[in-house]
Formats: sequence, C-alpha cells, structure tokens
Amino acid sequence: MSSPSIDPVGVDVSAEAIRAALVKGVPGCEATVVENGSPSAQHSLLLDHEHAVEAATFLRDHAEFRLDFCSNVTGVDWPDKEVTEKVKVTKVVDGPDGPKEQQVEETRKTLIPGYLETVYHLFSMEKKHGPVILRLRTANRGEGNHLPSLTPVWRSAEFQEREAFDLFGIVFDGHPDLRRILMWEDFTDHPMRKDYVPPEEDEPVMDDGCAPGSSAEQGAAGQ
Amino acid sequence: MSGKSMMEESAIGLDEQMGATYGAGRHTLKPDAEHESQILEVAIGPQHPSTHGVFRMDVQLDGERVVRLKPVFGYLHRNHEKIAENAAYLAAIPYTDRLDYLCSMTNNWGYVLAVEKLVGIAVPERTEYIRVIMAELTRFQNHSALVGFLLQDMGASGTPLMYAFREREKILDLFEAVSGARMMCNYLRFGGVRVDCTPEWLEETRQLVGRLPRFVDEFERLLRGNEILMARTQGVGVLPRELAVSAGVTGPMLRASGVNYDIRKVDRYGIYDRFKFRVPLGEHGDVYDRYMMRVLEMRESIAILEQALKEIPDGPVQDPKTKVRGLRPKVGEAYGRIESPKGELGFYLISDGTMNPYRYRVRPPCLINLTILEDMCLGLSVADVVVTLGSVDIVMGEVDR
Amino acid sequence: MGSEVMEQELKDLKVELSKHGIFTTTLEEVYNWGRKNSVWPLTFGLACCAIEMIATSMARYDIARFGAEVFRPSPRQADLMIVAGTVTKKMAPQVVRLYNQMPEPKYVIAMGACAISGGPFRDGYNVLKGIDRYIPVDVHIPGCPPRPEALLHAFITLQKKIDAQQLRGAGRARHLKAETPSEYPVPDFGSHDLEPTHNDEVFPPRPESPFKVLP
Repeated sequence: MSSPSIDPVGVDVSAEAIRAALVKGVPGCEATVVENGSPSAQHSLLLDHEHAVEAATFLRDHAEFRLDFCSNVTGVDWPDKEVTEKVKVTKVVDGPDGPKEQQVEETRKTLIPGYLETVYHLFSMEKKHGPVILRLRTANRGEGNHLPSLTPVWRSAEFQEREAFDLFGIVFDGHPDLRRILMWEDFTDHPMRKDYVPPEEDEPVMDDGCAPGSSAEQGAAGQ
Repeated sequence: MSGKSMMEESAIGLDEQMGATYGAGRHTLKPDAEHESQILEVAIGPQHPSTHGVFRMDVQLDGERVVRLKPVFGYLHRNHEKIAENAAYLAAIPYTDRLDYLCSMTNNWGYVLAVEKLVGIAVPERTEYIRVIMAELTRFQNHSALVGFLLQDMGASGTPLMYAFREREKILDLFEAVSGARMMCNYLRFGGVRVDCTPEWLEETRQLVGRLPRFVDEFERLLRGNEILMARTQGVGVLPRELAVSAGVTGPMLRASGVNYDIRKVDRYGIYDRFKFRVPLGEHGDVYDRYMMRVLEMRESIAILEQALKEIPDGPVQDPKTKVRGLRPKVGEAYGRIESPKGELGFYLISDGTMNPYRYRVRPPCLINLTILEDMCLGLSVADVVVTLGSVDIVMGEVDR
Repeated sequence: MGSEVMEQELKDLKVELSKHGIFTTTLEEVYNWGRKNSVWPLTFGLACCAIEMIATSMARYDIARFGAEVFRPSPRQADLMIVAGTVTKKMAPQVVRLYNQMPEPKYVIAMGACAISGGPFRDGYNVLKGIDRYIPVDVHIPGCPPRPEALLHAFITLQKKIDAQQLRGAGRARHLKAETPSEYPVPDFGSHDLEPTHNDEVFPPRPESPFKVLP
C-alpha cells in the first residue's frame, strides 16, 4: 500500500506517466497534473472538454493501461471565493520633506471565480492497477455548467453522472438519459451545492399537553 | 456446476412430454403480427414485498414479458453526504453504519481506511486482525441473509430465511458483546477500534466459527439439486462479462460473470495478503451462479476467520498518539476502497484543512450494480425480474444514501 | 363514582363466578380479545429498522406468539402499519397513501428515531421530521434501531390499547366515530419541499412557547 499507483507488473500509472501518454496519443489534448498534498499522494489529471471523451477512450483501450473500470464518478462544488491578502506596496507619499517612497501595507481582495468539477476514479480490472483520477471543470457555476459525458465510454458513469446532475447541477452533454435520480422531478434546487439553503420549516412541536403552556395546561388553568 | 447439465437433460425430457400434450410446446406465446398485445405499464414498488426496501421499477410489459425497465431511486435518499460534510470526521462513522445497514462493520472500515489514507495513520497489528475478523463475520451474515431473502423471493417462504436469521442472530450477539449494538456497531476508529476484544469473546467466536461450516452444509443440502431452484435460476438474468466490466459491477456479482477481481486480493488492504483464501468464480453469470458465489464465499470467509482467530497477536488496539477527535487533515484528497459484501465500497474525501470534510462521497456498490438491471431483465417474465433483482443484493440505504 | 363501584363489583363477581366454573364476558371484551390477538401488519420496510422488524418475526423473537406474524403485502388486508425507518420527503406521500388504503380499524407504530422525528438524519434536506406530521401514530418506539424486544413491547402496548377501546358511548374508539376521518390528505411535491409541510389536523402547531429567548 506504500505506492498504490504502481502495479505489480510494473506499468507506471502515475498521473505524470498518463499525462505523457495522453499528450502523445491524443493530439491536441491538454492535460494538467493536479497535485494532491495529502499522504495518499493520489495526484489527478485535469482534462480539457474537447478531448475528454477521446482521451477517456484512449485510456480505456490502451494496451498497457487498460483502464476498463470507471469506479467512482462524483461532483464537487467550488463556489466563488474571495481571497483577502495583505500586500506590501511601495508608494510615493507626500511628507514634510517633500515626496518620499514608503512601504505601505494594502489589503487586496481578489475574487476567484467558482466552478463545478467532476472527478472520475479509474481502475483496471484486467491489469489490476489504479487509481487513475481524471477531473473535468466547468466554466462557471451558472450557465456554463456543461461538461462532456463519459457514459458512452464507461457505462458505470450512467447513474453517477445523473446523480451529479441532480445534486450539483452539472449538465452532461451526450448523456443518454439525463434526469433527476434522487430528488423528485419538480425539485428545482441542487442540494449538494455549498450555497444551498434548505427550506425553512416552521418547526411545529406536537402538542401533547405535557409541556408548560400547552393547550391542556391552559385549559386546566382556566377552570 | 454439474447440476446444470442434469437439469438441462431433464428439461428436454419435460419438453417432449409437454409436446405430446400441447403440440408445438411451451413457446408459442410469442407476440406476432396476428396477435398484437398491448403494452402495460406497471410500477413495481416502492412498497412491494420483493423490492428489498423502497426501490421502484417502472416496467413496461408485453404480456408477461418485460420490454422496458427503468429503476427509480431516491425513496431513501437521506442526505448522508451533506450531513457528513457539515460534521466532524469522527461524527460520520455512526452514519456509515446506516449506509448498508446489514454490514455496518465493513462500512466503518471503508470510511476509516479513506481517512487513514488522507491523514497517514498507521494501524496496530492486533487491530488489523480484529478488523478482518469483524469484516468476515459481517460478510458471512450478509451472504446468509441474502441467500435467505433470495430464496424467499423464489417462493421458499419462511424456512430458508429462518435458517439464515438463526445464524445471523448468533453473529449479531457477538457484535453486541463487543460494541454494544446489534446492527449499528460504530466500532472502528481512525487507527484502531473503539474497544479491545476480550479473550472470552475470541473464544466464543472460535466456537461459533467452528460450527459455521455445518450450517453452510445444511443450507446447501437443503437446496442443492432442488429442481425448482435450478429451473428458476439457471439461465435467468444473465450478465455477460464485458458488460459487467463496462458497467462497473463489483463484488460477487462481477465474479459470478467470471471476472477475477476481488479488492481483498487486488489492493491487499489491511492484512489480507497474509491469509490463504480462494476467490470463487462463476462461468455463466446467471442468478444461479450469483447464488452459488455467496455460498462459496461464506466458506472462504470461514477459512479466513479460522486463520485470523488462530494468529491474532496480543498488543494495543490503538496507538495513544493517534489523533481521533478533532482531526484536521492537510489540504488534499484520498480515495479508499474495500471489498464490502456487496462489492467495491469506496469513500472519496477532500479536505480543505478544516475540521469537517469539504467533500465526502460514498461510492455505493449497490447503486452501480443496478446500472445493468434493465439489460439483465429484458425479455424475462415479472417473476424472474424479482429473482434477478434479489440476486443483485441491494440495500436501499446504500443505493440512495 | 357510582358506576365505578358497580364496575368493580361486577369484576369481582366475574372472578368469583369463574372460580366455580362459570365464565361470563361482554361482547366488547370478546371483540377486542379477537382483534388484539390477530393484528396483521403491513409488509412495509423503509430502512434499517425493517431488518429488525424481520428479525422480530424470525424464530428467536417470534412475533407469532402475539398473533402478528401474518405480514400482508397489500394495505387492503392489513390492520397495522409499522413505519420502520426513515421517511424521506420523496416517500412521505406514498406512506400517507398506503395509510389511506388500509381499512378501518387501523393502527400505526412509528418504529425508530427516524420515524418519530427524523432521528440522526433530521438535518437532511430530504428527510421528513417524523411521520406524525401527516398521519396519527398510536405507539412510538425510540431507538436506532429499536431492538426486537422493543418492537414486541410496542406491540403489547398496542394490544393493551386495543383491549381498552370501547365500542359505544362518547369514549368509543376512533374508527367507530363517523365524524373522524379515515383518510388524510396526501402531500404534494413542491419545488423545494413538500406542500403542505404538515397536516394541522393531526399535528397542530403548538401555542407560543412560554420560554423567551433573552436578547
């Protein structure tokens, strides 16, 4: 378990090796390695939308990788983030001795636009190695919530992509049957998003006559 | 599977007999242009005795045969992932119990394994053995309950389920003795288990494990070679190998289709590489193979249990330096998976450096095993759909989470 | 006061007569005795508690001792609905509909923390915070899940309740009063939540709490 990405046969399925093979095998494919800082060291590959299906097919049919088993598909929500940082800036300040350069601390706010992400965990049943992790990111969390569907490549993505559509609102282009899967059809929200607000419920408490101030007690007091 | 060829022979004999009486035989009811039949839409579930919980299938029927089947989920969607994302890492363990409520111990293990990967926690030797013992006891009771339910679906009302639950209760007694709860054990912790097993408990477990092979024998003797069982299961709900791999089917169902993929062997998580056990494989991928897979896996579980109970060392069950409460993993992510009795149970965690997971995802084996339910059921009769669904082994707590 | 003394005297007389081999009874007693010992539950499992419900009907706990082993798959043939498990918002309309389809007299046991209040899943966006928001519940069993013994205890409690039901008079059982409803409105799926979120008839809002939150 020390290095899960290298299989006993010796095929290197680390993110870097997969990236190299993808760039060579799928012309025009842009793949970036996303580092993972945790001790698990499961690094992943960020793919571009246009070549995602092609790259996935390539990985599935590659003689050495044979990533025929797409185990886990999930959505992740990354809302807009405002980062406040303090930066030291040199400014020309008017002093009593005339203009002078001075170090001034300034707070700068930068808005990092949010996006939705899908993560695919791939394994190989034939070669028994993995995981290889693919990521796809949408342009934004509003209208640009479209991603290519990988269901035509791996059938196992069918229900899991529907779930990501239902709970995160990611629209998968090319999915054969994209409907809500867990919530009912008329439901309008995407509850797994970080900014989802559950319906406010007036918390009625059962009037069992035991609590002080309940109807039974008031009746008793009136007699 | 020698029983199969026997059955085929007898089926031919039966056909000839029937042919003498009914002329063309049994298969003349196929719809043709002259006898046009109406398509009937039926919703099986969510309240139906054979859907194993609140599962619903929207079925289109041509006569008695299924021409379309769409599963409908969400009737037990109780927001496990959202709740876990708003809670501390430790607080999610009791919720994992309620995922697949027949096997809480393996669910605990899947989650604990993912967190151990995320944080980098080492597990003491004795704990590894205890985990294996718990997981295999869980697997045994899950499979025995499943076989009972499956046979109940086929009309063997009562008896097999009674037998299965008799044995299950004994295993639940062991769980209760060690964890305090029959079903929701909440027993595993990051880098350990909650409390150590006493020597008396281990002795009792040894005695029970010694009796288990007799139970499996009895169970098998009760049904092996039963003509009704074979007629109802052989050649029904066939899942071809390629489709099983593409659809991400895992667990006994995948192995029934002949794919040798057991995560205990592939990942060798825990200490499974120390035990000698075989991975049973089917050849036809039908309901009968799936049924036999469970029976054979029960035997392998007993073999693992015997070895683990013999070799279990003394020692601590938890490193006191391991932080269990108030865990704050570094920014990063981890995917941990185990071979649960249903298939690959995976947990995907993203940490943003705070007390609660930023993303908490359960990879449910049951939901993904249902992807190909329609493919298996097309052309079958309604009664066979019930049996096919039973052989998938679903628990709605895990399908909908 | 007079009638109570008379009732006690009648009871004593009955006991005295039975010592001499003479047994007397009333129609109400026979009727309730018959009903309480043949309560047929609906085969209706929602979640984890359903497994404990099945365990209760198996050999070790054996609910057949109380005449309730006849689980009926159809609500039309059932007397008792054991709401065993989490009721989600997606499932709640179906549960109410099943209750409506059961013939009177009918009883409901809310089994487990989820069926009572949402239990551990109360914070979920799709979880109903207790089935008594839509249908009347006779017996609640706490526990997650309750042990089979707890279900048996709830069942015996229900039997006692049935045994004490009167057939006539102002205090007669619910199902014998023409004006009490036998069916309750089924909630609709809204765009965010169920509509309505509860039924005021069975779950009246509590009068304003006497506990004030100090600023």
